[in-house]
Amino acid sequence: MIGASRSVISSVGRRTIAKCSKPILSSSVRYLSTTLNNHNESKIRVKNQYIRSYSSSSTVPLTAETYADKVQRDERFKALDAEDIQYFKSILNDSIIENEDDLLFYNEDWMRKYRGQSKLLLKPKTTEQVSQILKYCNDKKLAVVPQGGNTGLVGGSIPVFDEIILSLSSINKIRSFDSVSGILKCDAGVILETADQYLADQGYIFPLDLGAKGSCHVGGVVATNAGGLRLLRYGSLHGSVLGLEAVLPDGTIYNSMDSLRKDNTGYDLKHLFIGSEGSIGVITGVSILCPARPQAFNVAFLGVSSYEAVQQVFNDARKELSEILSAFEFMDLNSQRLVGQYLKSDHPIESAEYPFYVLIETSGSNKDHDDEKLETFLGTAMENGLVEDGIIAQDETQLKNLWNWRENIPEASQMNGGVYKYDVSIPLKDLYGLVEAANERLEAAGIVDFEDASKPVVKAVGYGHIGDGNLHLNVAVRQYSKAVEKVLEPFVYEWVSSKKGSISAEHGLGFQKKNYISYSKSDIEIKLFKDIKKHYDPNGILNPYKYI
Amino acid sequence: MSSKLRILVPVKRVIDAAIKPRINKTQTGVETKGVKFSINPFCDIALEESIRIREGAKDLVEAIHAVSIGPTKAQDVLRVALAKGADTSTLIDVGEEEVEPLNVAKLLQKVVEKENSNLVILGKQAIDDDSNQTGQMLAGLLNWPQATNASKVEIEGDSVTVTREVDGGSDTLRAKLPLVITTDLRLNEPRYASLPNVMKAKKKPLEKLKASDFGIDIVKRLETLKVDEPPVRAAGIKVETVDELISKLKELKAI
Repeated sequence: MIGASRSVISSVGRRTIAKCSKPILSSSVRYLSTTLNNHNESKIRVKNQYIRSYSSSSTVPLTAETYADKVQRDERFKALDAEDIQYFKSILNDSIIENEDDLLFYNEDWMRKYRGQSKLLLKPKTTEQVSQILKYCNDKKLAVVPQGGNTGLVGGSIPVFDEIILSLSSINKIRSFDSVSGILKCDAGVILETADQYLADQGYIFPLDLGAKGSCHVGGVVATNAGGLRLLRYGSLHGSVLGLEAVLPDGTIYNSMDSLRKDNTGYDLKHLFIGSEGSIGVITGVSILCPARPQAFNVAFLGVSSYEAVQQVFNDARKELSEILSAFEFMDLNSQRLVGQYLKSDHPIESAEYPFYVLIETSGSNKDHDDEKLETFLGTAMENGLVEDGIIAQDETQLKNLWNWRENIPEASQMNGGVYKYDVSIPLKDLYGLVEAANERLEAAGIVDFEDASKPVVKAVGYGHIGDGNLHLNVAVRQYSKAVEKVLEPFVYEWVSSKKGSISAEHGLGFQKKNYISYSKSDIEIKLFKDIKKHYDPNGILNPYKYI
Repeated sequence: MSSKLRILVPVKRVIDAAIKPRINKTQTGVETKGVKFSINPFCDIALEESIRIREGAKDLVEAIHAVSIGPTKAQDVLRVALAKGADTSTLIDVGEEEVEPLNVAKLLQKVVEKENSNLVILGKQAIDDDSNQTGQMLAGLLNWPQATNASKVEIEGDSVTVTREVDGGSDTLRAKLPLVITTDLRLNEPRYASLPNVMKAKKKPLEKLKASDFGIDIVKRLETLKVDEPPVRAAGIKVETVDELISKLKELKAI
């Protein structure tokens, strides 16, 4: 296509991060990249994904040391020995990793905040192998951490001590797809983007989309009940997952993969596993209902002058765009400043800086119909002074670039050294109040400054799926430190609790929020949870030290 | 004596640059049903350059006129051009016909005469046919100098200095107006069209004409026989030792 330009653009890995600031250059880079290989499985993650820069950061401290006051190794668990390793080798042959350096990647979380001390990683290729592994571990009382794409944001998918890591990466086939019903059945280790690409070729779409799509697994998003960017349109996984295949701690294989759209015969067990974060079973297969892929996508990126305006635009968008609205994200000015530094690029809205920005995505079956609806809505919003300035993407390249200003906020928050993330649900009118309160508290403690490198905190920024009432509070820091953590926790959780919100809207509890569940759930609920855990995992071998 | 610039920017509606085209069932072309179309990236760069020339020197540019030869839907591309800064526009509606570069050049020649343009800036090629001929043919028809594959344009009075991208590096030309310039990738990075401008563009003129209005009869001289996918790249093989590598390379007569 842009033939002659190939000679001048140097080889760039498929959609590497941050090379997307200028529309035309990035489109030719993508051209080159799409003619190269289409692998999705490498550690260099594809499409809007996180590249770990091992060279730039120092070693991550061990979770066990950083949080020694909160957690100790449960001595009921057996320590791994040569006999155990022999047994695993007999089932898996060479699909294991024992080398300490190789294990480093799997022992650390994506945010480089936590590091475990596992001495063994297992990569089963079949569900039966998972069953054999768990049965053995349950008998011997060996602790196990199930791991998918390791993109979790609450330290839930990495060990704390010497738990064995059970990786689902090799269980990664798409089993079947029925193009009449739209039901996709696949292994848990299929990467989300791979599944979506497969569906795209059939004219369907995966009902979930999030920034980590190039690395996260289908099984992982189900285990964490991920929300993502399109929950507004396609609903939660509790609605779209039809059936699961999961291995219980004692090796029993629970299989409801053949479930149909409507089936009222007994307790709906799959809901227990959805969002269970690997605490009562290891998901090995997913059956999910996929909607038809919209033909026409539009993205509008708007600058507005106040949080009230954001809410008003949302109300109007819901009314006027109605069935074609597929995403509504908001972000504050500081988050955009960080992204600008990260992408080394000017903000798409050039006229001025605005306190808040909104990204609206519409998708539907008829481009003309959608264009007209969107333009009418935006015209009215501008005339009413609700929206100060904005951009509608003119082509696919601009569409992806505009999304980058939202999808890169997590990385940009982290680029100075680290980030404390709080993913909360709060009633809409109070939503941004948390960010303001956090910044005030950080100012009062004298530890925050956007430019001054001597202060540990850069800034607290807020953004998120306002359509779902979900705020992501990211406190961008130059280093992780107990002092900063003390200023933020339990302050944030208390603030959220006082507004009757959820301390974890979609990221889950994992390790980070293990002891804070009482901020959002009653004692009775917590007791019922523990009953379930005890029933399915009496030895507590699955993902200990986490969740509840 | 510097004359004011009356710039003509031809823009083409093509399949979106980020989309992978598919061959249609009859293997005579690419599938266009349900596919997203947008402005040709090189035309976008041409438009951006004309706006920058206007922004660079007050009162230098008298008019920027955008023109598109294509189906009725090419209006969308013209509206984008108007939103970004073109003053006026013309659509030459040719229905679903694909128009060959020579015919495009002939039509553009008529438009240049009609609009009294003295500078034509267009993309070096369209990403659907990759012809890279229109600009050159137009210059020939108009008997104007041409500077193709521009990566830098500087205007001083009547004289234009253009740096061109060539295989060996770059080549700098100077010519007097009137002139045809075709744009290459590195000339500039097009801006976003802001919402207020998109709204204002609805009121800017977009005249709709047909090829016959210019007295041009579009005659096809080329017939597409077949369109095929490029051959699938064969899988590579892994070798275990350096000796194996050497023997394989010898087998393939590479060494």
